[in-house]
Amino acid sequence: MAEIVIRNLRKEFGDFVAVKDSSFTVGDGEFFMLLGPSGCGKTTTLRMIAGLELPTSGQILIDGEDVSQKPASQRDIAFVFQMFALYPHLNVRRNISYPLVSQGLPRAQIQAKVAEVARILGIESILDKPVGGLSGGDRQRVALGRAIVRSPKAFMMDEPLGALDAEFREHMSEELRALHDRMGATTVYVTHDQLEAMQMGDKIVVMNHGVVEQFGTPQEIYDHPATMFVADFIGSPPMNFLRFEGGFRPGDRSVSLGGTAFATPELLEEAGGRKLALGVRPEHVVISDEGQYRGRIEAVEYLGTTQIVTLTTPHGTLKARTPSDRAARVGDSVGLGFTASTLALFDAGSGRAFRTAANAGVFHG
Amino acid sequence: MAEVVLDGLSKAFGKTQALQGVSMTIPDGAFVVLLGPTGAGKTTTLRLISGLEAPDAGDVRIDGASVLADMPAQRDVAMVFQQYSLYPHLTVRENLAFPLRSPILNWPEPQIAARVQDVAEVLRIAHKLDNRATKLSGGEMQRVSIGRALVRSPRIFLMDEPLSSLDAKLRAEMRVELKRIHTDLGATFLYVTHDQIEAMTMASHVGVLDQGRLVQFGSPREIYETPVSTYVATRLGQPRINLLPAALFEGAPKGAVQIGLRPEHIRQGEGQNAIVRRVEHLGDQTRLHLTLAGHDLITLTDAHSPLSSGDTLAIRPEKPLWFDASGLRVL
Repeated sequence: MAEIVIRNLRKEFGDFVAVKDSSFTVGDGEFFMLLGPSGCGKTTTLRMIAGLELPTSGQILIDGEDVSQKPASQRDIAFVFQMFALYPHLNVRRNISYPLVSQGLPRAQIQAKVAEVARILGIESILDKPVGGLSGGDRQRVALGRAIVRSPKAFMMDEPLGALDAEFREHMSEELRALHDRMGATTVYVTHDQLEAMQMGDKIVVMNHGVVEQFGTPQEIYDHPATMFVADFIGSPPMNFLRFEGGFRPGDRSVSLGGTAFATPELLEEAGGRKLALGVRPEHVVISDEGQYRGRIEAVEYLGTTQIVTLTTPHGTLKARTPSDRAARVGDSVGLGFTASTLALFDAGSGRAFRTAANAGVFHG
Repeated sequence: MAEVVLDGLSKAFGKTQALQGVSMTIPDGAFVVLLGPTGAGKTTTLRLISGLEAPDAGDVRIDGASVLADMPAQRDVAMVFQQYSLYPHLTVRENLAFPLRSPILNWPEPQIAARVQDVAEVLRIAHKLDNRATKLSGGEMQRVSIGRALVRSPRIFLMDEPLSSLDAKLRAEMRVELKRIHTDLGATFLYVTHDQIEAMTMASHVGVLDQGRLVQFGSPREIYETPVSTYVATRLGQPRINLLPAALFEGAPKGAVQIGLRPEHIRQGEGQNAIVRRVEHLGDQTRLHLTLAGHDLITLTDAHSPLSSGDTLAIRPEKPLWFDASGLRVL
């Protein structure tokens, strides 16, 4: 049980800056996701929290205590890696009890602890088996058991499901989340899979090039991305960008793309004569026969109840998610509309989202 | 371009029956996707058509003529593998031209150059023709390896999970791209995958394999909406179809033991009370994990649903599918 506060954290490896000035807070008992592409600094951040790397500057507070320069052994954090390293010559019981034995706990207490952990993980029947013959899922459960058994303040998990195939990953992610809901221990989880992050996380930090791009709940980040990077990284298919040149003033409720006005949430900032991007999620594109703004259907992908329609527009390619019982034929020209309240506007140069009446409450600083 | 007929194909490797009496017709110009988990017999089917393996029983006919007596090279089929095996020391142009320089073909150089240019344009890699193969991105390398199959204009393209080594974004782009290439060429494709999204989005026909048997063959919509068994029903759809005891709901036809409910085919706000166990906000939609009379199920709801765990929600089946004790569909 712990709250973890990260303040202006920075890590350099020689000339390379892996993490630049990161700040965020992991609430007590939260399942917290560090999300980003490879090389974004998410694993380095996790390793600094665990004490496996020391930061170049900045602070890490665990329950108010600055631990940033303390060794890992004094932080009371358990780390679960992608490759679950078990002791191959020991059976399941001895693998799980190992951390307690090395702490010198009395035997009766160890037995009670291992029994409890085995019950939580549902692995009581395999306690006396050698780890060599176990399935991938059971090995993963044993690795988790070894982390849980110490009752640490927090868990750090570095893509613990990355090595599993898709179907099994889905199953294990549900199991992990259910385990967290039962134990309520603060967990920081690194992943590059946006769906995994949305599905499992209470909060998400999106990182890119060592910088925190956004921090919030999954729905906030999806609905109101702070940058074009986040808008593009989250969602499948991701947010569409219609690129145009133009401007707007505070109080405006529409923007003009090549002569067509599109209603937007009330704009709170000013932009003039700049390269801009109108951001629209695929499910907020409305296809109709009428409509002044036209697109040509390039591809239709059937997905069961919905379909993804790829269109070319005067302002770039656009993907729409529509019900699959609505006919869409490749080559057809159709009218396009967008759900106004969901639209975002970005500075196409810096990638930053402009503040609007819709997203103003979400952005932190 | 050709029609390919598989007629009662069987193949065993030692004690493992890899394929058992598989019959299907791959129509000329079709994009057929074979879907199934590892070990279902997908790759074996490709290898039997290409001639890399010989069947124990059955026949492979291309354009009406049996090809079993033909060597792989004589069958005029092209394979694209998961691992793009390009010649690293050659340029894209040389990689594409390589199959055409075969002594059997004996093509003059200008004809080779023209063909390579054509294919490069279809694949949209014409601007990279003089790059080293190893200097390309993953998607470009896979396009070149497809291009190497295309230059020969074979009678059928056999593709063995060609996108599985690419990352998610690139895979999504390549799905659209492959379908476009297929349409532009009017070629016949047989494509093997365990990825249901690839099967649904690209295929004109999907064949579902289960332990060496072809259990259903039809359009993606037929497979999704009218699966013949619980096995087929669970192949397509994310999240998976909910399978529950038929007795939980009214209206079960005679012989029905299980009810199959796709997550989007559950009407909310009427019917029996379920408990919300967990709510997952995925952005465009919200997944609700429910418990109904001790059984877990998943349904979908509005992105901004105010429901939270512990709430009660009334639900009723909509478009249910019924299955008997052996898992077969009951109409």
